[in-house]
Amino acid sequence: MMLAAPVIAVALTLLVGAVLFTLLGHDGLGAIFEIFVKPLFNPYRWQDLLVKAAPLAIIAIGLAIGFRANVWNIGAEGQYILGGLAGTGVALATLDMTGSWILPLMLAAGILGGMAWATIPAALKTALGVNEILSSLMLNYVAIQILYYLMRGPWKDPMGFNFPQTAMFSSDQTLPMVVPGTLIHLGVPLAAAVALTAFLLMARTVTGFQMKVVGLAPKAAAFGGFGAASTVWIAMLVGGGLAGFAGILEAAGPFGQMVPQFPTGYGYTAIIVAFLGRLNPLGILLAALVLALTYVGGESAQTTIGLPSAATGVFQAMMLFFLLATDILVRYRLVSGRAAPLGAPASKSEAETAAGGKGKAVAA
Amino acid sequence: MVVKARAPRLELKGISKRFPGVVANDHVSFGVPAGAIHALLGENGAGKSTLVKIIYGVQQADEGEIVFDGERVQIASPREARALGIGMVFQHFSLFEAMTVLENIALGMDEPPPRRELEMRVREVLDTYGLSLDPYRHVHTLSVGERQRIEIVRALLQQPKLLIMDEPTSVLTPQEVEQLFTTLRRLASEGCSILYISHKLHEIKALCQSATIMRGGKVVATCDPGEESARSMAEMMIGGSLKDLSDKSNCTYGDDRFVVASLSAPGEPPFGTSLKEVSFAVRSGEIFGIAGVAGNGQNELLAVVSGENQRGVSGSIRLDGAELSRLSVGARRRAGLASSPEERNGHAAVPAMSLADNAILSARSRMGLASGGVIRAKAARDYAAKVIDAFSVKATGPGAAAGSLSGGNLQKFVMGREIMQNPAVLVVSQPTWGVDAGAASFIRQAMIDLAAKGAAVVVVSQDLDELLELCDRLAVINEGRLSEPMDVKGISIERVGLLMGGIHGSGEGAEPEEARAPATGRVKQPEPAL
Repeated sequence: MMLAAPVIAVALTLLVGAVLFTLLGHDGLGAIFEIFVKPLFNPYRWQDLLVKAAPLAIIAIGLAIGFRANVWNIGAEGQYILGGLAGTGVALATLDMTGSWILPLMLAAGILGGMAWATIPAALKTALGVNEILSSLMLNYVAIQILYYLMRGPWKDPMGFNFPQTAMFSSDQTLPMVVPGTLIHLGVPLAAAVALTAFLLMARTVTGFQMKVVGLAPKAAAFGGFGAASTVWIAMLVGGGLAGFAGILEAAGPFGQMVPQFPTGYGYTAIIVAFLGRLNPLGILLAALVLALTYVGGESAQTTIGLPSAATGVFQAMMLFFLLATDILVRYRLVSGRAAPLGAPASKSEAETAAGGKGKAVAA
Repeated sequence: MVVKARAPRLELKGISKRFPGVVANDHVSFGVPAGAIHALLGENGAGKSTLVKIIYGVQQADEGEIVFDGERVQIASPREARALGIGMVFQHFSLFEAMTVLENIALGMDEPPPRRELEMRVREVLDTYGLSLDPYRHVHTLSVGERQRIEIVRALLQQPKLLIMDEPTSVLTPQEVEQLFTTLRRLASEGCSILYISHKLHEIKALCQSATIMRGGKVVATCDPGEESARSMAEMMIGGSLKDLSDKSNCTYGDDRFVVASLSAPGEPPFGTSLKEVSFAVRSGEIFGIAGVAGNGQNELLAVVSGENQRGVSGSIRLDGAELSRLSVGARRRAGLASSPEERNGHAAVPAMSLADNAILSARSRMGLASGGVIRAKAARDYAAKVIDAFSVKATGPGAAAGSLSGGNLQKFVMGREIMQNPAVLVVSQPTWGVDAGAASFIRQAMIDLAAKGAAVVVVSQDLDELLELCDRLAVINEGRLSEPMDVKGISIERVGLLMGGIHGSGEGAEPEEARAPATGRVKQPEPAL
């Protein structure tokens, strides 16, 4: 049933979406068809899907590792921006140079940039107990301001007619296309590689084990010798690093330069991707494609049937809410009537052995 | 026992209750006369709790009938049970720590009267039964014995005709037990029947006039506890002869192996107990016991010794002379210190994970279940299988989820996982809590064998009988302070009881500890503990 929840959530999203847009005076069924079905039958859209899914998947995988351990990094958007900026910094410094070493250097800088941004909430959490949800979220807005400052100030392209953007990256600084003649760049296979690596690391290493144990039973984790601080650091650094990696892949891929429009909300959408993919790296690949569909389909629905651009966001948000709701209902069932009187939850040992260890309301 | 001496207050006829895969109660029949104290005896899983839940209306029987005061009744809910005059005191209290005694009593009532009236009635009950309890104290400041009194008062306010007590003494000091028994005898003399569930046989001998023994969901015997020995009743419970633990009298002690000196640590907020200058030394080959009522710093001591809590800790922990107190949990394990906390689910084991994964949790470094940060899945499965085999854990295999095991089986696995690592020091809390008699004696024997190999073993337990049977020396922890160690041979139970009560056990207005009546009805030599 845990695996059925995402499917049910997507189905409910489609259903309620259709009703909602009909009530708003649009062609509801048509909108669903435009967004969720039509792109699937258009081979040209497939590459769009892959290109949009890649950064979503990479960020979501990083987040999922932390979410497994109950470390709630909501700052992927900012870490994504800082990753893009760090890589861009390398690109701008090497603009006049050539060599195949430049792109790997940019990618490495991207990862480090994202990690560096994530060290702030990690340090605040471990040293002062600051809630990482708030600190990481607020740092997203700081990151955007840093981006705007650099675009309008020091990093503005001197030959760019005063547009707030950097110079275009050179060919040694952009991602090569893996399928010639398409938009499918190196980031797509890299996303798949990241998923596979993350899957193996989570399954086979002590660190992956640590993240799972901390999430399932924090006290048992302490008993097993897994410190709370190390868990926060690992989760934040992996999440930040991968978000930064996605950032530089986007900058060096589809953008080919740094612009103020760089943040597109991938860092937030990736949270939905992570949960829709059941926090499993391989599931996340699939979920990233579903969310990419809302972007790609949403864009084309704007032109074909005049749906507002906010429709994409509405569908994404509905998906998250339905997912959370179905998850709850898969785990618990509704019981009507008066709450059990005090004292009724009796000694558990014997009843549980007798009942085969099954709780009354919990059936997960 | 004046009124209707012959007519049973409660009579069960052919009660059966099935759960998927288990018959919890199989045609159980017996009766409890008015004013009688009747024991319901049995191991864990014998079906006692299911039976009393049926009587108290928490669960419904599949078959059979309940006759109460001569009338056939259907008890659909605890509310209906209370309306009939059936009260129950559960083993695990349902109390809000941050609220007062009175508030807690009001919360547990179906229709609580106004506060002033309730207070009057509570004080009346307290006076009548000589219970000392301040209605305005906050629950978190109370000892376990006092908390139990709240539950008893709750039940007595309903003026029950039948009071069910589920393992009431498992957390009490010997003196508190004696006080409880006085209350219960008094209640019985007023005609209230008491159904007393326990596996402490000397208590049943001291308190009860008749006993029903259950095994595997069936009534296997009815007896007069006064005429049976504790051993014969134990053998009826387990359906076989009781194995004696191997004699420890000829074992030799080595040098001090595990030395804890002036260990202090702040308690976990909000209601944790801080440790105050705890010192003890355990020799090689020795089993050292730490007795005490729950909540007096036992969990804190375990966490500090294992290294799980290092905040604000001062003092020293030495293993064979090497200082451990600054080391991480993992480093302490590698140095030879194994531990097992009181709570199995979610602390000693991860319920959602397989037994193989749970082996990795604490045995990965000593047993080579991971190398270079990579898990060796096969080694983990093999080690889990070895533990399952050696400790006869009932599980489908190393892949079984820890949460799917019964409490006793999981405890055997947890203890096996630690003992089979051959640690130099083993520190365990409540090693046999909720474990059936056979498994408990198996676990105790395993600890004796480990000590015989030269390890130092520390057993923290609320079960004094267990400590008396197992340990060479013991000390008592009270409010985070550890008493001087005492040799178990020739120990004074009374003194241990007083230490366990400390100043903590006395409610406001109670007489000083030393002036209390000496505990009676308590055997000095440990009986085969269960």
